[in-house]
Amino acid sequence: MATEALTGPTASERMAHRAAQELRDGDVTFVGIGLPNLACNLARATHAPGLFMIYESGAVGAIPERLPVSIGDPSLVTDSLAVVGQADIFQCMLQRGLIEVGFLGGAQVDRWGNINTTVIGDYAHPKIRLPGSGGACEIAVHARRLLIIMRMSKRTFVETCDFVTSPGHRVNGKRREELGMPGGGPTRIITDLGVLDFDATGEAVLAEVYPGVTPEQVQQACGWSLRVAPTLRLATEPDASVLRLLREKLDPKRLYL
Amino acid sequence: MNKLCSMREAISASVKHGSSLVIDGFTHLICFAAGHEIIRQGIQDLTAIRLTPDLVYDQLIEAGAVRKLVFSWAGNPGVGSLHALRRRSEASSSERLELEEYSHFGLLSRLLAASAGLPFWPLSNYQGGDIARVNPSIKTVRCPYTGRELATVPALHPDVAIIHCQRADAEGNAQVWGLLGSQKEVAFAARKVIVVAEEIVPTELIRKDPNRTLVPGIIVSHVVHEPWGCHPSFVQGFHDRDNDFYVKWEDISRQPETYRAWLEEFVYGVKDRQGYLSRLESGLLDKLRAKARVCAGVDYGY
Repeated sequence: MATEALTGPTASERMAHRAAQELRDGDVTFVGIGLPNLACNLARATHAPGLFMIYESGAVGAIPERLPVSIGDPSLVTDSLAVVGQADIFQCMLQRGLIEVGFLGGAQVDRWGNINTTVIGDYAHPKIRLPGSGGACEIAVHARRLLIIMRMSKRTFVETCDFVTSPGHRVNGKRREELGMPGGGPTRIITDLGVLDFDATGEAVLAEVYPGVTPEQVQQACGWSLRVAPTLRLATEPDASVLRLLREKLDPKRLYL
Repeated sequence: MNKLCSMREAISASVKHGSSLVIDGFTHLICFAAGHEIIRQGIQDLTAIRLTPDLVYDQLIEAGAVRKLVFSWAGNPGVGSLHALRRRSEASSSERLELEEYSHFGLLSRLLAASAGLPFWPLSNYQGGDIARVNPSIKTVRCPYTGRELATVPALHPDVAIIHCQRADAEGNAQVWGLLGSQKEVAFAARKVIVVAEEIVPTELIRKDPNRTLVPGIIVSHVVHEPWGCHPSFVQGFHDRDNDFYVKWEDISRQPETYRAWLEEFVYGVKDRQGYLSRLESGLLDKLRAKARVCAGVDYGY
């Protein structure tokens, strides 16, 4: 049987694959909808079959058989280990400190990993009204490791967020330890051009690029003067088997890819 | 006591001009039928409360029923924006909606405080971010045991909570399975509770499976039997989410003209939920109806 030649990875496929690499078998993970959800299900289908997925909607130890369109899809309930109320999710799972990995995206991120999902412009008279925090603020405060997934552009990677919905490593000059945040803060920003790590001061530093991407290109898409790590790594890209898995099994309707 | 009545009766007896109101549900069990009845009755000046105001809240806003929104995440999950809300909250808008904003756990904590009969609830959150800066209701307290500074939010007692459930008896003992959202906290926080059920069952059935009762009848004032009252939202074990509708809604709601036309056809243009259901495309309900996935019973013997 002739098999169709695979086209190269799209930006979303790169990001989902690279994010999946960050997950370890057994990690208790707070899963958001969209690319984080895809990344978690990819990790579970490959190197991390024991990934423990918790959804904000109340599903604990979920193994959805279809890709959930929303964070509250009924497929998250079917075959879950437990389904609990939202008070339990936030008090007993998140604030209790059980979450190893959280995932967030947003409309804006700055060099300290602060994220804005609330408004563009002035809060009282916004240019654009965004959905708001949801659980993002508490995930940013409490998760031991936070992964940020966002496409890069000067519009999204900004010098200063218009509104800090979810705090990163440093807000208004104060470090998260001084502010009394229990979680570890952002560990990586996974983008469509490469990966940013955070240095000891809490500042994002370009650490990886995908094949064919130059640091100059990354800087072009970043709204602040981006520091580059002394040794730049090459980001891993999805191979043919991962691409097939993503396209044919995990997201056949291309909801997120 | 038999509290069964129609949706029209339950809403007109409970929801007044100026009421504060929750139609709860987290993706699951969102009672669109109740929202539409409120719109038809022309009730205005509402304070609409929910962690995740979604399409039905946006419809209430578009219809002019809402003065103020208390919320933590407002959007069409996985699809896009709430356009009535955006049209009334962005800088360019002339008729502005009042917004009071928290994170999920912040707003949930307000309901936890109210349901526990306490004036406030402490939480370890909001350090450094801007949510507390723009919301003066979020304050801090110093823990008398550890000296730690904690955020606090005040108790929130909605006038009315509307809770949809899979089954209830005529007294309002309501059983829910699948995603539980904040139904329990909302019901205990509210001054008045309307239970809407897919099925009305005898009290003996409720008693046979007491662990599944989320809201006890003693706090319920009205019980409404309204099958499919949640469409396009879902009811685990009864019907799936109408995901196609949520996607289509993005286009319908983007323009005030198409939005108005939809409200005319599906809300103002019908008498009740049966009227709404009869206007849906034929075969849709069969397509959405859940496939059986029955769990073995449990032994409550002793």
